[in-house]
Amino acid sequence: MTRSTSAVASAHTPAIALRDARASIGGRTVWSGVDLSVSPGEFVAVLGSNGSGKSTLLKAILGLVATAPGAVSVLGGPAGAANREIGYLPQRHGFDSTLPIRGVDLVGLGLDGARWGVPLPFGRGILDRGGTRARSRARVGEVIELVGASAYAERPLGELSGGEQQRILIAQALVRRPRILMLDEPLDSLDLPNQAAVSALVQRICAAENVAVLLVAHDVNPLLSYLDQVIYLAGGRALQGTVQDVITGSKLSELYGVEIEVLHTRDGRLVVVGQPEAPHVHGHRHDP
Amino acid sequence: MSNPTLTWNLVKDVHELLAYQFMVNALQAGGIVAVMAGVVGWFVVLRRQSFAAHTTAMMSFPGASGAALAGLPTALGYYLACGVAALAIGRSGGAQRRGRSGTLKGTSESAAVGVVQVAGLALGFLFLSLYKGVLEQLETLLFGTFLGIDSDQVLTLAIVAVLVLVALLAIGRPLLLSSLDPEAARARGLPVGLLDIGFLLLLGLTVAATSQITGALLVFALLVAPPAAAQALTPRPGLSLALSVVFAVLVMWLGLGISYFSIYPLGFFVTSFGFALYVAAKLASGATAALRHSRQAGKPMATLV
Repeated sequence: MTRSTSAVASAHTPAIALRDARASIGGRTVWSGVDLSVSPGEFVAVLGSNGSGKSTLLKAILGLVATAPGAVSVLGGPAGAANREIGYLPQRHGFDSTLPIRGVDLVGLGLDGARWGVPLPFGRGILDRGGTRARSRARVGEVIELVGASAYAERPLGELSGGEQQRILIAQALVRRPRILMLDEPLDSLDLPNQAAVSALVQRICAAENVAVLLVAHDVNPLLSYLDQVIYLAGGRALQGTVQDVITGSKLSELYGVEIEVLHTRDGRLVVVGQPEAPHVHGHRHDP
Repeated sequence: MSNPTLTWNLVKDVHELLAYQFMVNALQAGGIVAVMAGVVGWFVVLRRQSFAAHTTAMMSFPGASGAALAGLPTALGYYLACGVAALAIGRSGGAQRRGRSGTLKGTSESAAVGVVQVAGLALGFLFLSLYKGVLEQLETLLFGTFLGIDSDQVLTLAIVAVLVLVALLAIGRPLLLSSLDPEAARARGLPVGLLDIGFLLLLGLTVAATSQITGALLVFALLVAPPAAAQALTPRPGLSLALSVVFAVLVMWLGLGISYFSIYPLGFFVTSFGFALYVAAKLASGATAALRHSRQAGKPMATLV
């Protein structure tokens, strides 16, 4: 974990900082008393069971879930003020198989999708000044190359596999060179080799572009060798630290308030035993 | 005027078509409506809002017949009814989009909308009976006509079309992003709910305009068939949007041209051409997909190529 210390030393302002923060949705407090800090260039996983408020944490950082003023600071400002500096990949269940849009189009929308005005590729050619179009096309190509999606970026999104779609979506989140990248369960519904590949890709991007990465995951194991820190949400509270510090029987028992055991398998994987599921969780995956 | 007959001399046929002002008006109105439907329909198909479009179209029938009964211009009835329907769908649909868990909720809402559709049809029928209109009028409102379109009507359609297209041009990219990825759009600070409602209003205007030519029941021939065919053919958004417009205009003008020479109604031709186009596009895209698949698998397609 030498990378995390050097990253902390090189940047004094954290990319994301929460101080005694509290989030509630529909009157129910999801978590409270949360203190967190993520520095530029740090790769942090957000862990916890269903309903523990992992997605809520990302939304609080985006300013989409209300928090007390001053409790959440993003790039030195209040939550929601610097969203253009954040690449956000929401939790999703894959694209419709007949969606007639190519990967490059989606990545391009990451670049200019929030801009009002002439939307059509053939309208821009005439009014194009200073090669904006050529530059954005180059950036889209570059970021597709970075995530290794060049081979299939021209194909319809619906025809791509889950891993391929995920790479395109990461490219979309990255295309505007964000300083913070937040990915909500990007490993979900991927097979094991793809989970490993996407984890490695995110770490590579994190280091190469010096972005702070928050990645929500159900299972820490595919991420183990790439992470700088983890944030563990349970029982309405949060713990932050390295995997070795946080994912231990005593720390998790304290957090959950019940006896938790952490087993280390021979190949280095971690198994958390005894964690209770949070209340109000129904059959489908729906993290409030 | 002798009965027009279609000959094999296309120049002569077109010449004959354009000899009458009512036919010129019809072609102009049809063209305007088709361009609008091609563009708006492209978003309808992409956003999977065909059902909303259908509902809006249904409501145009009581709108038009109610206006006739009240002694107001029918066009006003069309626009009012479709606008109100769009807003109503926006209110319920907006909530539906926000609640992510809601397949069940979606179903109950579509049932409610279905009931409202039927009620709208029945109400329209009642208005027409109260108006003591002839049956011909019912047929016109439901299945469309190309007779008796005056140049004022063409002008109104043109103004509505320009309004709708300019508005779409302005909100195009954010609308596309929020259609594909509402959560990401919201995080980027886009007013996703407002975009939803705004688009439904544009859809309402388009449906109101289109159903004046195609009738309430056959709006889909223009609004859904051409864009669905275009999107089946290419995944390039710019190209499929352009194709969608070309298809819609083609279907409309071909339908108008043929129905002029025929004893059968306009709606039949427009709908059949739209349907044929859609089937052909689906077959073509299926064939290319199969071809690519077999190429990837390394099997030669000697029989086909």
